This record gives sequence, C-alpha cells and structure tokens, in this order.
Amino acid sequence: MAKLRQAAIYGKGGIGKSTTTQNLVAALAEAGKKVMIVGCDPKADSTRLILHAKAQNSVMELAAEAGSVEDLELEDVLSIGYGGIKCVESGGPEPGVGCAGRGVITAINFLEEEGAYDEDLDFVFYDVLGDVVCGGFAMPIRENKAQEIYIVCSGEMMAMYAANNIGKGIVKYANSGGVRLAGLICNSRNTDREDELIMELARRMGTTMIHFIPRDNVVQHAEIRRMTVIEYDPTAKQADEYRALASKIVNNKNFVIPTPVTMDELEELLMAFGIMEVEDTSIIGKTAAQLAAEAAAA
Amino acid sequence: MAALTREETEALIQEVLEVYPDKAKKDRAKHLMVNDKELESSKKCITSNRKSLPGVMTMRGCAYAGSKGVVWGPIKDMISISHGPIGCGQYARGGRRNYYVGTTGVDTFCEMNFTSDFQEKDIVFGGDKKLAKLINEIELLFPLNKGISIQSECPVGLIGDDIEAVAKKAAAQINKPVVPVRCEGFRGVSQSLGHHIANDSVRDWIISNRDGQAFEKTPYDVAILGDYNIGGDAWASRILLEEMGLRVVAQWSGDGTLAEMENTPNVKLNLLHCYRSMNYISRHMEEKYGIPWLEYNFFGPTKIAESLRKIASYFDDRIKEGAERVIEKYTPAMNEVIAKFKPRLKGKKVMLYVGGLRPRHVVGAYEDLGMEVVGTGYEFAHNDDYDRTIKDMGEATLIYDDATGHELDEFVKAMKPDLIGSGIKEKYVFHKMGFPFRQMHSWDYSGPYHGYDGFAVFAKDMDLTLNNPCWKLIQAPWTKPAVEAVQEAA
Repeated sequence: MAKLRQAAIYGKGGIGKSTTTQNLVAALAEAGKKVMIVGCDPKADSTRLILHAKAQNSVMELAAEAGSVEDLELEDVLSIGYGGIKCVESGGPEPGVGCAGRGVITAINFLEEEGAYDEDLDFVFYDVLGDVVCGGFAMPIRENKAQEIYIVCSGEMMAMYAANNIGKGIVKYANSGGVRLAGLICNSRNTDREDELIMELARRMGTTMIHFIPRDNVVQHAEIRRMTVIEYDPTAKQADEYRALASKIVNNKNFVIPTPVTMDELEELLMAFGIMEVEDTSIIGKTAAQLAAEAAAA
Repeated sequence: MAALTREETEALIQEVLEVYPDKAKKDRAKHLMVNDKELESSKKCITSNRKSLPGVMTMRGCAYAGSKGVVWGPIKDMISISHGPIGCGQYARGGRRNYYVGTTGVDTFCEMNFTSDFQEKDIVFGGDKKLAKLINEIELLFPLNKGISIQSECPVGLIGDDIEAVAKKAAAQINKPVVPVRCEGFRGVSQSLGHHIANDSVRDWIISNRDGQAFEKTPYDVAILGDYNIGGDAWASRILLEEMGLRVVAQWSGDGTLAEMENTPNVKLNLLHCYRSMNYISRHMEEKYGIPWLEYNFFGPTKIAESLRKIASYFDDRIKEGAERVIEKYTPAMNEVIAKFKPRLKGKKVMLYVGGLRPRHVVGAYEDLGMEVVGTGYEFAHNDDYDRTIKDMGEATLIYDDATGHELDEFVKAMKPDLIGSGIKEKYVFHKMGFPFRQMHSWDYSGPYHGYDGFAVFAKDMDLTLNNPCWKLIQAPWTKPAVEAVQEAA
C-alpha cells in the first residue's frame, strides 16, 4: 500500500477552494483512490457536493450537543459519500462568537485520537478557511499532518496577494516541520493572460502552476444539484480537467519551501501584466482640494 | 542602625546581580536600591511595575488575582463568578481568609466558588449563553445575593465574549447589579492592574447606584477602604474609629456589602488602608463627590496613635477628644504588650517581602517592639509606593522590587535576619535555610494584626516564631563536629 499523503488546500475566501477540492477528490475516488476530506471551516460546506447534503453534522456541533468531544464516536462524525469518500467537518461557531480556530484544533485532535487516518487511505485533503488568521487554521499544516499544500488562486489581484501571503505562512511551518508548497491551482476567472500570470507568480514563488482549470458553467449546474461535475456529468469536458488535476497531484513530486515575493515585486508583476496601473506617487496623501488647486495652478 | 552600611549594601546588590546575564543584570539593577531617606522621589533610584523577567521565579500574581482575589472577592453578599475554566476559581478560593459575618450559601458567599467551568465547546462556541444561564441559576439557588460580578479569566478575553451585553441583560432581568470585569490574567504585569480594573468596574457599575437617594447622614461618617479583613483586621480597626465617635458607613471590601459600597459617596472622609489596591476609587470619589481621602496605618501603637490623630484632625473637637480618649484607653495595655515582648525581640532584624501596603506599613509595629526592618520589598508596587517607603524605612536599608528567587536567597544569606516575613511560596525555602519565618499575607492563619487588639496578636506571633526553640535544633547532629573541627582549626 502507498503511504498516506495529506494535503491542505488554501486560498483567498470565495476563490473556489471547496468546489475545486471536492471535484478533485471525486476524480481521485473515480480513479480508485481512497480519500478523506476534512473541512476546516466553521461554515461546514466542504463536503456537501460529495454527500448531497446541505451541511454535514460537524465534530464541534455534535460535541457541543453531547457535552464534550470525548463523548463522541468516530462514526458519529464520519460520513461516507460519492466513491466511498470519507467526509468530516470540524465545524465551529457562528461568525462573531467563540473561537473557530480552537474548533479546528479540537476536531483534528479528535480524528487523530479516534484513528480516522486509517491505513487504507491514500489521501487526506484539508479544506481550510480562506485566511490563516490564527494558529488554529494552521493546525492542518503542523507536524505530522498535511505535508503538501496547494493554493487555489486566480488572476485577480487580491487572489494573488492572498496566495503570496499564504506562501509566507508556509515558510514559517516549512522551517519547523516538513510541510512544503506543492503548487498553485489556477481556478480561472477569465482575466487576461491569466495562465501566464499565475505561471510567472508560481515561478517566482519557487513552485509551479500545477493545473489551469478553465471556467465552465457545468460546475454551477452540478453544484445546484449538490454534486461534483465528476458525478453529475462524467462526460463533460470540465470533468476531464479535474481528472487531469487529480492525476498531476498523484504524480506530483515538486514539493518546495516557497520563496514568497515582496510586495514591490508582486506589484511590479501585476503592472507588467496590466492588472495594476503604475502608481502615481505624487498624489499620495493629497486631498481633493489640494489636487484641484494644483490642477488650477498648472 | 542598619544591618549593613550603605557601601556594604551597595556591594551586596552588585554581588547578587553578578550571576545574571548582561540583559537581566541591567534590568534587575534598576529594581534594587539602598534607601536614602533624603530623597523626595523614588523615580531616580528604583523602577517598578515592569514586566518580570522570564526564569527568575517572580512571586507575582495576575490581573484576575487582583480583581477576584483582592478587591471583589471579599464583598460578602455579592457572588463573584470566575468566568472561564475551573482552575482560577478553585485555586483562588478562600486563600486570603477574608473573615465575614453571615450564613455562607444563604446571604453570604465569599467562601464559595462560582464558576462557568469552561469546556472546549465553550471556547469554540463562546461562553455568553452559558454565562447567562449561570446567572439565572445563581438567582434561583441563591436568591439572597445582592448582585453578581463576572470575573474574566484569560480565555474570555481571547475569544472576545461580549460579557458586557450579557451583564446588562441579566441585570435588567434579575433587577440587581451585574458587573462585568475585564480582569483577564494576561493583562498587565502583575495583580496590580487587576486592582485598577476592579476599581474602575466599581466606579462604572456600583458607586453611583444610589446617587440622589435619601440617606441619613451624620457629620462623622467615614468609610474604611482597602481593608480586606484578613483574620479580622477590619473589625479590629473599625472599633477604634467607632470608639472615637466616628460612624463607619462602609468597609471595603472585607466583611463588606454591596449596600455599603453604594452608600460610600455619602461619607465625609474616606480612610484608605491599602493605598495600592484602592487609591483609584478614592481618587474618583474625591473628584466626583468631593470626598477627601486619607491614608492611615493601624500597625503598632505608635502608628495607630499617629493615624487616629490624623483622622481626628478632619473632624471637630468631639472626635479629636475621642481620639485622645481611645489612645489613652489602650496605651496601658499596649505598654504591657511591649513590656512583655520587647525584651525578647529587641534588636532583632527583620526582612520583608510582601505586597500592597505591608512592606512599609508594618515597619512601625516592628519598631514598637524594638526590632528593625533591614530590607523590604513589594511584589507589585508602583513608584508612589516607593516614595512612601523611603520615608518609613531606615537609612541605607535594602529595598527590592519584584524580587527574584535568587535575590531573596542571597540577600537573606548575606544579611542573616532574625526573622523573615513573606508569603507561602517563600516560607518553606527559608525554613529549610533555618530562618524563622512569618507569612505576612495571611498572618500565618493568625490575626488580626491591625489595631490595638491586632498588635497584641502580632507581638505574640513574632515572639512565638522568633524565639521558638526549634531554631536551635536546625543543625543536624552529624554535621556539628565537622563545624567545630573547622572552628578549632581556625
């Protein structure tokens, strides 16, 4: 049996991490891999396309009902979905209360103690909240957990900022543990020269764009049916894209300590690709009145 | 006369600092001084209220300890909730021996531990709902409580629970004060910030509750602030004030009640015992209600007489005569105490390391017994405390701020005091070193030490400790011949 590989998927909020992860995992399952998804987001929407469910009962929700996490059994929190994919959601509080990060830590500790990472598994994917705002959301990439990280991004400025910032976070954990950046996944937003731009960013960060996923409405069609494209329409062209991504990940050996770029470099890159205009430093800190006066003088 | 000369004391400080790494040495040097009574301000010679260095074994507590343990905890008819995991409430329970009159669990609650007992789920989902439920349960089970305070433990601040919102809603429901206190332990450098936060919460949620309500005043109304009635201290103080003709409207907070606190803005004069923990609310009442405040010291007959006269100076002749009458009444008894114990204690040297006001306030009581305090220090003082200490301590005595384990050990070894007064954490270390020791936080489960009655207990306790025959037996018999052999050789 091959060694269990654990991967974490990060990226800016709303970039399509959960959709990409579930389609990717479905493609892996279709190819006969044993996979588990661990949703690390209090919204608990990382497994809905696999389970055809609105939202899975999460570890923390069930723990709160039962009294404590020690009162739970693994089968209470583990659901099996499409292609035998094991699904777990860490869960957490409503926005604005409590500590979602602690929820992730508690849930992952529970899974480990209860032996959820059984020997039959080929892959575990952690689908993590957009920003690594605190230690809890870095839990999946600490020692003995995810060793490879994929960042989902697009050619939009903020998505690239986020990808680069996540790279900085990985450097910290890469130096203390074994975690490595395994590639950028470009989830296309149809911006200009998007593939070239992300390839260039990946190059500068010391990694590669592992796959470019084009935009296709079939993803949304599948999603409103709470299904992955792989399951909804296996013949769709988009399904092949996810299969391609899956096979690239299976064969991926390019694990690096990232070299995140500086803000200046990133801006320069964005300017070169025409995403950002060259900054006019003469206007910084000037009020509308001052600018009007200057314009009148000129 | 001090144990050491100024030069010797300065040399001792340098020697003790020697073992520290450079950075620590530089920092700790600022916290150690040789007393110079001529100084007006301590600013130039000692630094205080700074973060302790890691690894030095500081004796300090935390903001929660300052708020729950010191200021709020002793209010007997209010319930203080330790909001967070179980340990803070359980280990802070009953430690300070704040005596009170009442039926515990019915109308008084100091000895009990009320806690929200946080579990993982409360951290993850927030503890506000549990807190609201807890307050309702308290109200159901202990209907005679007069109000509730919520003492925040660390996680409450970390996860950002909105305890103020819960408090407001609960207060409206149960029609009693519910006070949120943001005294998370990680705030500030010691328990001192907890005192300040607690004072501020009294100011914001309690002190003006009865403004405008009828109150039958007398010209002789005073309040005792900053006496926590450890071993009955506040009672031994209160009777003196009452005997001189004053009416004690409130005791803060030892054996104190919510009603007393709410009525305090009606007094003529606030009498402040522990300056460090209650100067904030005293200043507030001075500013808002124009009530003057006066620091007093009820340790030992000399300081008591001085303080009674100072207090009386704020009132008419009736009170001034009352003060003289009280002093006259107790002087013979005090002379008896001194006649009995001074011969047994005279010339003995004391080193102190305590908190609050004691490092300076008890100096007079020791002096009444012919003893001398040769070194003193505070766990969590600010520079205004040291300004006062400079005047109370002898010339060229040693003063240490936030002393470390190493410093205390070495100072004691070098100065060889006859008695050490400090806390439970220091006690057994010095016992093992063979030094007579009194706990000066809890009075070693004795007390009271305040007032005339207290001085009799104090003198007896010091004698019992210092002249206990056990200290002659401290050297193991099998080590004796070796020592004698060395002496003979020399």
